[in-house]
Amino acid sequence: MAMATSTTNRQKVEAGLSRRRRKELVFRYTGLLATTVGILFLGVFFVDLFGKGASAFRQTYISLDVELSEAVIAPGGEPDFAFADFDGLVRDALRKLFPEVTERSQRRELYRLLSVGAAYQVRDLVEQDPALLGTTQTLWVPASANVDMLIKRSEGEPVEDDSGQLSVAQVYWVGQLQQQELLKKGWNTALFTNGDSREPELAGIRGALMGSFYMLLVTVVIAFPTGVAAAVYLEEFAPRSRISDIIEVNINNLAAVPSIVFGLLGLAVFINWASLPRSAPLVGGLVLSLLTLPVIIIASRAAIKSVPPSIRDAASSLGASRMQVVFHHVMPLALPGMLTGTIIGMSRALGESAPLLMIGMVAFIVDVPAGLTDPATALPVQIYLWADSPERAFAERTSAAIIVLLGFLLLMNLAAVIIRKRMQRNW
Amino acid sequence: MSNATNENLVNLAAARAEPGQTTELGATIGDVRSKNPFVVAENVDVYYGDNHAIRNVTLEIGKQEVIALIGPSGCGKSTFLRCLNRMNDSIESARVSGTILLDGQDIYSRNLDPVALRARVGMVFQKPNPFPKSIYDNVAYGPRIHGLAADRAELDQIVRTSLERAGLWDEVKDRLDDAGTGLSGGQQQRLCIARTIAVGPEVILMDEPCSALDPIATARIEDLIDELSEDYAIVVVTHSMQQAARVSKRVAYFHLGTLVEVDETDRIFTNPRHKLTEDYITGRIG
Repeated sequence: MAMATSTTNRQKVEAGLSRRRRKELVFRYTGLLATTVGILFLGVFFVDLFGKGASAFRQTYISLDVELSEAVIAPGGEPDFAFADFDGLVRDALRKLFPEVTERSQRRELYRLLSVGAAYQVRDLVEQDPALLGTTQTLWVPASANVDMLIKRSEGEPVEDDSGQLSVAQVYWVGQLQQQELLKKGWNTALFTNGDSREPELAGIRGALMGSFYMLLVTVVIAFPTGVAAAVYLEEFAPRSRISDIIEVNINNLAAVPSIVFGLLGLAVFINWASLPRSAPLVGGLVLSLLTLPVIIIASRAAIKSVPPSIRDAASSLGASRMQVVFHHVMPLALPGMLTGTIIGMSRALGESAPLLMIGMVAFIVDVPAGLTDPATALPVQIYLWADSPERAFAERTSAAIIVLLGFLLLMNLAAVIIRKRMQRNW
Repeated sequence: MSNATNENLVNLAAARAEPGQTTELGATIGDVRSKNPFVVAENVDVYYGDNHAIRNVTLEIGKQEVIALIGPSGCGKSTFLRCLNRMNDSIESARVSGTILLDGQDIYSRNLDPVALRARVGMVFQKPNPFPKSIYDNVAYGPRIHGLAADRAELDQIVRTSLERAGLWDEVKDRLDDAGTGLSGGQQQRLCIARTIAVGPEVILMDEPCSALDPIATARIEDLIDELSEDYAIVVVTHSMQQAARVSKRVAYFHLGTLVEVDETDRIFTNPRHKLTEDYITGRIG
């Protein structure tokens, strides 16, 4: 009897085996497929982003022999940096390369090969070293965005315009310059040292970076201590009651509130009621700290909860007061988790743009902010602004700004991982 | 073990009862009084919410006495132990009535700070729970928070004495800065005992201190309990009858929250007076 049962059981098991194996295989390949699709999308995104953005890190420069004429720069003996015609000096230098161009309208076309930044470069040079006054210097000055784009499109080939942005004559001149090796592509320093500009070749992300930096500074100073203190109170000291349950549910709800709502709140409270300045990183930081607070509280509470109760028992059985238990034992063990939560909250804040639109941080601001109350934008808002600009040169700068933003996000998340790995203790 | 099962066991025990042996859970059999009482529990009841965990327990614990609390799982022996240093305070639903006196002072009185109480009544737990700090800091923590040492030299001395008393000094004297969590289980438990001694308590509570240890480590802890009993009143909760027999002077048997029988260790193991006690020590209830 027993033998018979075991035989049939074995048959039943064997009959089902292939079905089970098949199911497992299907499941495994579905997972593999899902992962592949995900990686593929990410790959397409990155390839596209870097393909479009990488060229923005280089810029075309034109070599000019600029005569730093005393008569033009220092008509009254002293250099006049505010009103001297540096533009004229640069144009003269360019005209010397093309003596055949004499007609006014043609000259104007010729001048458009240069960026307005060329004159600023000459001015800065003289300002730094007045001894150069009266000499002739060979300088690499930035070309205009249209020339830059033309050169980037036609890698090494004789230039040929297809965008319609440059006239036939301009394309010819660029070709001449290229033949005489008076054109070169170099590192685009303006992208990292300048604020925003209407001229793509002069536009940089410095202003937006500093704006983001000041905002995150305000956010971390406000949200980290507040969030940790709230988490410690709720976990360790607050009596379990209906009220604490309601608070808990609402903190979780707060984490899910759309960020633009926080922007409206900031507009109403900080700008309208508290009369803080508009477009200021201070207000941006306050809004972002409201946004990250629930994230930090939730992460910190989870970190506190994960501290084993045996450690608390040990400390309190030795006569540690409740506060000593928390600050000597629970906090040090929970700190890595709290820091990780904070960094993740911060990187969310860094990528946030919607609430900043509501408090006026979406503006054309040329000056790099020097403090918490100076008008500023932030990196994601700068991306939004540039993506909206019609010039083709801004398209690649948009991608470049996205690359920089992603770089910072990656760094922050890496820091979170490293902190977790380094500080994690086993007990 | 569920209540229903426990009741079945009680009924089973009643059915087997021999003449002259009572099976009722009522007044405690044996002498709850001590000649030289230090900790005195009078009519203690403990509730966890609606659950009546300890029922009207009266027990005296003497100076320099080792008393073992034994009984089946869920009988309330650990709960009773945790009343003695108010560790139940951290459980919100717990409620304690009756009086517990430590050297004549009511430990549940309003003007007694549990922090001060725990400096006098130390505790060692079931699972070794050293802090994730160095061996030195583990032992020095208690003296530090209570301000027991005036300077570093005095603190060093306290750490050394405590580790010596716990029989751990020779094993760790060259690596006091190593993590306490890196020691073996038995060493960790002795470290926890050293940590407790360092505060200079008068009573030491031990909640199944050897249940996570191997037999050799257990033997060392038991020897240690023996030595420590010269200076401290020690209350040991244990599941091991042999351990109770080896280390304790008196034994208290708990059943379903009731203190069933208390007696000298020799007497209770050779001549239990209550049927339930007999069943437990002979292994019929576990």
